Amino acid sequence: MDFLQILALIIPAAIVSAAPIILTSLGGVLSERSGVVNIGLEGLMMFGAFIGALFTYYGQEWGLGAASPWMSFVAAIVAGAIFAIPHAIASISLKADQVVSGVALNFLAAGLSVFLTKKIFDAGQTPDIQERINKGDIPFLSKIPLLGDWLFSSAYVTSFVAVALAVIVWFVIYKTPFGLRIRSVGEHPMAAETMGINVIKTRYISVILGGAFAGLGGAIYVATISGNFSASTISGQGFMALAAMIFGKWHPLGAMGAALFFGLAQSLSITGEQIPYLKEIPNAILLVLPYVLTILALTGFVGRADAPKASGKPYEKGKR
Amino acid sequence: MKKRTGVMLSLALAAGTLLTACGKDDKAADDKKFKVAMVTDTGGVDDKSFNQSAWEGLQKFGADNKLKSGSDFKYLQSNSPSDYAPNLNKLVRDKYDIVYGIGFLMENDIKKVADQQPKGKLAIVDTVVDKKNVASIVFKENEGSFLVGLIAGMQTKSNKVGFVGGVESPLIKKFENGFKAGVKMANPKAEIMIQYAGDFNKAEKGLAIANTFYGKGADIIYHAAGGTGKGIFTEAKNRAKNGKKVWVIGVDRDQFEEGQPQGVTLTSMVKRVDIAVQQVSKDTKEGHFPGGKVVEFGLDKDAVSIAPHKENVSKDALAKVDEFKKKIKDGELKVPKDDKEYEEFLKTLKK
Repeated sequence: MDFLQILALIIPAAIVSAAPIILTSLGGVLSERSGVVNIGLEGLMMFGAFIGALFTYYGQEWGLGAASPWMSFVAAIVAGAIFAIPHAIASISLKADQVVSGVALNFLAAGLSVFLTKKIFDAGQTPDIQERINKGDIPFLSKIPLLGDWLFSSAYVTSFVAVALAVIVWFVIYKTPFGLRIRSVGEHPMAAETMGINVIKTRYISVILGGAFAGLGGAIYVATISGNFSASTISGQGFMALAAMIFGKWHPLGAMGAALFFGLAQSLSITGEQIPYLKEIPNAILLVLPYVLTILALTGFVGRADAPKASGKPYEKGKR
Repeated sequence: MKKRTGVMLSLALAAGTLLTACGKDDKAADDKKFKVAMVTDTGGVDDKSFNQSAWEGLQKFGADNKLKSGSDFKYLQSNSPSDYAPNLNKLVRDKYDIVYGIGFLMENDIKKVADQQPKGKLAIVDTVVDKKNVASIVFKENEGSFLVGLIAGMQTKSNKVGFVGGVESPLIKKFENGFKAGVKMANPKAEIMIQYAGDFNKAEKGLAIANTFYGKGADIIYHAAGGTGKGIFTEAKNRAKNGKKVWVIGVDRDQFEEGQPQGVTLTSMVKRVDIAVQQVSKDTKEGHFPGGKVVEFGLDKDAVSIAPHKENVSKDALAKVDEFKKKIKDGELKVPKDDKEYEEFLKTLKK
């Protein structure tokens, strides 16, 4: 097995496992950029995964065929947005502690989704979905030497959706007036309010949008990787997304890069066992590799990660 | 007036309580039926795996002995690992004649409850607890894995097969070594790739490992990795959709459904927890509770086998399976269960 072949194994696997995390971390970026800490990403993602599995299943029943997973994505986006509303109300209007409210969201999602699964399917997990997103070669692009093999062969369309959305979120946050408002209410809400920006409204929109992204992330996890929903389907991916967001310095493209880096480290640790030379390394070392690499990258290359200044603080009018 | 109503009410309530208590006592007096119960792990009785299988066994046992569901035989679901001990304790205190703990995760809780309730009769599936009042039910997974290994060895076209384990442990090693022995027995030239995901619940890791194995030319993967195995099915289906012929061998129960609609499940190594639970319940009822003993269930009791769905298995392979089933039952062949025994097994093959 030569080096190029190895890369052709590692890179696609990294992108596949990174896509749901990219989307969820984008949700985190949107929410935190507006000044609302969102520990609830895990819960939002879990609820999205549940809705994704549920609607794909019913999509099949209703005869939607291959469109079912796509319909489930829409449903998961809506569900994620709705599910984020309690967090928004608690942390923006009621000025509750945002971390506590986010943790509550995680508990709520875990309990509610498992409860509903039990009610609807009378089982601990949803049935396996038949219609999934297909892996396939992208026409033309997969013919490019090397790059085609790495990025465009046997890839999920959803991975490209995730990357495209990262670019769009970057554009919105950094290049549009709306994005400027989001950033300003996250940095200095008082100044923003003075300039006539509605802080409360902007924060609500951002948190709800964030929920929509996290929900989509969960649904894509179901459609591309797990194939059904159970209590253990989403176990830590949301927190990885949170870490990716911090690692990426609250920047959409940074978060995407961090998620891809996590994916790469993980797929390297898995594929590593099948690669000559690397195979000699004990299994345990390869398994901790992603975490070690992350710590090294965090301490060595990223430098200080500064959160938006007003992040975590409820906004009170007229308070200095 | 108000006061009087209150007194009346409390009297009525007190009478009610007393009477219900009487009722209960009467019932307990003639209730000399044999009662069995089990505690599930967090998977619940519909986990499509060993909890479900164990519950089916209890239901069968209940039907055979005309027991009432919910009282004479029942299960308690554990929603988190902290529920294991209270659930076990409750059932023992409710005078169930035998209480099963399903899964090796309950090992420590069973030990604790066995010490606290020396008169209670307990049983644990999948691991060994050395206590006088605990029966340990274990399976010879290596024998079942040997059979699916034979099938894999016969039906691989690329002469490369893979094994994916959840977390490396003596239990999963039994699957691995049985499988390897089976493959080598049927096809000495076959190359076997082995990998442990380090997790039973990370589908994305299963996906990545399957991607690597299939990418390196394997065409059959056997998994003993629980939820991580879901990723393997996903990858196999993806490849099947793109016209490549790859297979997955399921584990614990018939995973035929999991491979649909592309039909990537070659066969499955089925562990009949239901048979084991029925057998031990029956023995206990007859007064032979195997407390302090290890009860092994293997091919001889039909407690491990290949799945009933056989349409993807070739005739030759099935014949081979039957041939070796007999050899193992007759004691002619000993299937290795750990690395050392596997090495020795390989030496006997070369002769």
